[in-house]
Amino acid sequence: MYNKGTIIPGLIIFVLFVTFPIWFNGFKAGTPPKPELPPGGEKKCVESVEYMRANHMQLLDEWRDNVLRDGNRSVVTVEGKDYRKGLQMACMQCHSNKEKFCDSCHTYAAVNPYCWDCHLSPKEAASKEETR
Amino acid sequence: MDKQRRNFLKIAGVAALAGIGAPALVRLSSSAALAAEHGAAVGEATAEAAHGAVAEAASQGVRLGMVIDMRRFSEQPELLDNAIVACNDAHNVPQFDNRKSEIKWIWKAPFENVFPYESSYHLAKKVKDADFAVLCNHCDDPPCVRACPTKATFKLEKNGIVAMDYHRCIGCRFCMAACPYGARSFNWEDPRPYIAKYNKDFPSRMRGVVEKCNFCSERLALGQEPACVEACQGTGAMVFGDLNDAQSEIRQLLDKEFAIQRNAALGTKPSVFYIV
Repeated sequence: MYNKGTIIPGLIIFVLFVTFPIWFNGFKAGTPPKPELPPGGEKKCVESVEYMRANHMQLLDEWRDNVLRDGNRSVVTVEGKDYRKGLQMACMQCHSNKEKFCDSCHTYAAVNPYCWDCHLSPKEAASKEETR
Repeated sequence: MDKQRRNFLKIAGVAALAGIGAPALVRLSSSAALAAEHGAAVGEATAEAAHGAVAEAASQGVRLGMVIDMRRFSEQPELLDNAIVACNDAHNVPQFDNRKSEIKWIWKAPFENVFPYESSYHLAKKVKDADFAVLCNHCDDPPCVRACPTKATFKLEKNGIVAMDYHRCIGCRFCMAACPYGARSFNWEDPRPYIAKYNKDFPSRMRGVVEKCNFCSERLALGQEPACVEACQGTGAMVFGDLNDAQSEIRQLLDKEFAIQRNAALGTKPSVFYIV
């Protein structure tokens, strides 16, 4: 091999450079987020924890299509309590702290869902006097 | 197999002839029958349309509509203000100072703007001075729905409401150009700072989407009347109901009184009627 003396050190420097985020953080992915459980003490969600963890976005999309497109606004009943389908009307009733629940994972995973461009987080809704 | 040039050319020639000849043959055989069938029907329809005499074909199922009785509104002018405030509060409609950014779900307009194709020459004073309540007409044949490239606006088959899915709106404003009634508004700015009070059960909108009246779909689901109708409760100024149900209050009223629709000649079949 020609120029062995420059190529091999160059390759090593390159590999070290591209893996910088991995070894700089000590081969750890940081502290996993702990989303806050409902402050009201509710224990049961509309689906199992595993399902919600993996598929809450699909469920929200389904609800959106049900409500807006199919005009199917049927309520979801969990432990005798009725919830209207919707982010503001169901999810945030229990998970009343968006910053400690939604954002904790979304920030960790670096995803930026645009839900809150339109939907009102409980904090935002409380910032201006309610109509009813 | 040894293909001969002579055979190849023969087959190619026959294939080319068949290819060119087939469409012509099909057209010849079908057009004669089609013309005989269509001609009469098309002729009749265009002649009727040209004379503005197209009777509204009844759509199937529930078709929600509204009657706005301007006689009641001119008796109690504050009624319309109440209805507008009720709507704005229920739907987090922002209030802008400049007219360019204005968001309108239900608003006031003078007769000559609401009914530009009706004569306003020597108009009765009460009509001339009146503020008409204007909102989305929830047309039976909505031009906005045809214009929307993403199906963000669509007609709910269940009740005839022309609805919107703001998640899907790309803000192209084709629907605004298509709507002959100016019932759609575009969010030029972030509306949040201009919303005075939040209804926490309803979202706001974001910058860059078009919005309009939704006939209070969310309230209907709870068995309530639309917010504006509720604000006029007991006065009969706004009557809401199923236009296809002959026994409904709205149909009883329409059977009894003469009501007009906005620009009916366009054939959009508005579901909002006015008793002037």
